[in-house]
Amino acid sequence: MVKVLFFARLREELDCAGLEIPWSERLTDLDALYDALCEHGGERWCRLLGQRNIIRAVNQTVAEGNCVLHDGDEVAFFPPVTGG
Amino acid sequence: MTETKSLSFRRSPVAEVTTALAVRVQQADFDVSGLQSALLQGAAREGAIATFTGYVRSAERGGAIEAMVLEHYPGMTEKCIQEILEQAAARWPLLAASVVHRVGSLRAGEQIVWVGVAAAHREAAFSACEFIMDYLKTGAPFWKKEVGPSGTRWVEAKEDDLARTRRWESSRA
Repeated sequence: MVKVLFFARLREELDCAGLEIPWSERLTDLDALYDALCEHGGERWCRLLGQRNIIRAVNQTVAEGNCVLHDGDEVAFFPPVTGG
Repeated sequence: MTETKSLSFRRSPVAEVTTALAVRVQQADFDVSGLQSALLQGAAREGAIATFTGYVRSAERGGAIEAMVLEHYPGMTEKCIQEILEQAAARWPLLAASVVHRVGSLRAGEQIVWVGVAAAHREAAFSACEFIMDYLKTGAPFWKKEVGPSGTRWVEAKEDDLARTRRWESSRA
């Protein structure tokens, strides 16, 4: 299983704070997870999650580009941060 | 109420001192004088303390702001702030450094963030305080949503903030 989380504007636009995707051999990396989420949510999810400025974090560390996934990983998608 | 605290100690490679680092993410307001006293204790009552306090503005780009809603990523946010403090402690000889960041709904004029740094001398304290604040803006997962008379709006990341962070990457202390 891969735990997926969405934050801030993206969470509101998807109307979803997170979901769990059952583990399969197909979920080899972040790009494969993106494809699975596109299948799950359709064209709208595909477009919103594929925006260029969306940041992806694996197990609470920002991933630069694609990244290998393992069963039990936590993956977050979020817009650029605006704290402080 | 959401509140997470972490306290750790880090041996600085710059000087043979142990830096007391503290991170708190909470909904509740905070008392600046109490935080400064705690920081001074951590610094063995020596040298210099520089602090920064951020407040919710009442207007942004000419539009009124009634409140600000702050969201974070529990776990990752604290981890990122801890890493920022460790980077600061590796770069300057610090005695103690703390960050308190609020989340939830805050009204205009309320305190959002506090950064405190203790060092033997003022230059390290000033510089590290600014460094920590700059990285908090661009490297810790928090998101602000403004609430005004005409509705809500997610705050966009500012190029100026990214430029301030990059400035530290090109200059080594």
